[in-house]
Amino acid sequence: MDNRVVITGLGVVAPNGIGIAEFRHAIKNGISGIKHNPELEAIQFSCQISGTPPITSEHIAACFSDLELRNFKSTGIMYGVIAGMEAWQDAGLSISGDSEPDWDSGVVFGMGTSGIDKFREAIYRIDNHEVRKLGSTVVSQIMGSAVSAHLGGKLGLGNQVTSNSSACATGTEAILMAYERIKTHGATRMLAGSTSDSGPYIWGGFDAMKVCTYKHNDSPEAGSRPMSATANGFVPGSGAGAMVLESLDSALERGAKIYGEVIGGNVNSGGQRGSGTMTAPNSEAVQRCIIAALKNAGITADQVDVIAGHLTATSKDALEIENWASALNRSGTNFPYINSLKSTTGHCISAAGSIECVASVLQLHEGFIFPNINCEDLNPEIEKLIDTDRIPRVLLNKEINFLAKANFGFGDVNACIMFKKY
Amino acid sequence: MSNEELIIKLKPIVANYAQDKLALEQINLDTDFIKDLKINSANLVDVILDVEEEFDIVIDNESMERMLNVQSAIEIIEAKLARK
Repeated sequence: MDNRVVITGLGVVAPNGIGIAEFRHAIKNGISGIKHNPELEAIQFSCQISGTPPITSEHIAACFSDLELRNFKSTGIMYGVIAGMEAWQDAGLSISGDSEPDWDSGVVFGMGTSGIDKFREAIYRIDNHEVRKLGSTVVSQIMGSAVSAHLGGKLGLGNQVTSNSSACATGTEAILMAYERIKTHGATRMLAGSTSDSGPYIWGGFDAMKVCTYKHNDSPEAGSRPMSATANGFVPGSGAGAMVLESLDSALERGAKIYGEVIGGNVNSGGQRGSGTMTAPNSEAVQRCIIAALKNAGITADQVDVIAGHLTATSKDALEIENWASALNRSGTNFPYINSLKSTTGHCISAAGSIECVASVLQLHEGFIFPNINCEDLNPEIEKLIDTDRIPRVLLNKEINFLAKANFGFGDVNACIMFKKY
Repeated sequence: MSNEELIIKLKPIVANYAQDKLALEQINLDTDFIKDLKINSANLVDVILDVEEEFDIVIDNESMERMLNVQSAIEIIEAKLARK
């Protein structure tokens, strides 16, 4: 028989909150983490604002030794380790001793790239004929699996230790991969999440594609405008989200706090066919992904109380809502509540899915729906599809039984996960 | 430079990587970087790069392979300094 899978620990490094307590306060109160970014201005980015997590030397020192920080230049690994360690501790789990790994616990922690600043430094040295001066940590910082390798080592994990990568769907996909492994008895518990580096080398490509907003350099907190008529591109962000997934049996046996249950989901791709391209979604694939996720979770469309959208603040927001409305066959006042975390964090790229899943689980567990900011002027195309009160602009305290979370990424890839109140 | 002087210069370099702080306090000619100081083997190249910088010398690949303890480190550093 399949294991039931529950969430027993949460951790987050977000632009508007480091740690669950700060993050909860920020999302409930619509507090933005978007700030003017002097570095981006100095090097002439079109978009000069960003959602950069304000981590301090205390946050770093709590998770890394001085030796580990020597020649360390990888914000993504840093965020991922801080969020992952918080989730592990929040779950009440200890760290495996010196001799024996914890054979029943693993980690799936995704990323888009790793250690991009370290990579840059290494390339300069190599091109300058100084390969011998690279030092010992280039590989362990720039390999794709760097963040899961760091977490696996710190926690002594002896089950699967891996990193996935599927652009903006990475975090949600990681949680689904961990869910599957526990469900099929491959592991008892898995740390799951994703991370993204900060800075110009990760965000430059998006700035060049003109998909980031350039109209709010003087009003950063108003810059990220999902579902707004004046949405004109996303705000680049970064950070990490993490959660401990565990078999229900193990959680009950430990007497662990249970935040909620993962009841299923789906990942697919539009194959870059039809309306799908490298950068645009195939709507049929998006709808199929949502419908398959419902079926996999064993619930009907009518049962979904809240949608945690992908909703990046581009012209594609209305299309996303249209896809949800079609897939669920619900519209107008019958549409579920919907919100987008990106209004207060920006688009945290490969970390978006996991940070947004953490926000989703908090809402489910504590019975609230966080407000969307910067959409007082709703996109009229969205207003045609759903009733405006389905898009909360103030905090709602409401019992949630089922929450659907999806993310869509470059490569025409989709991931949708279903959370249930426990 | 005497052995004692070289050890005094070497100590803060290896201190960054040594996991065994007691062995570090008792560092002497017989101290082994990995067995005694518990330096992670991957960090030996970092020790060598730091030594190069401190003494303004270049340590060749063959010498690097031998530089596993204080005794050999001092011999190598002295040989390189003598050729400067």
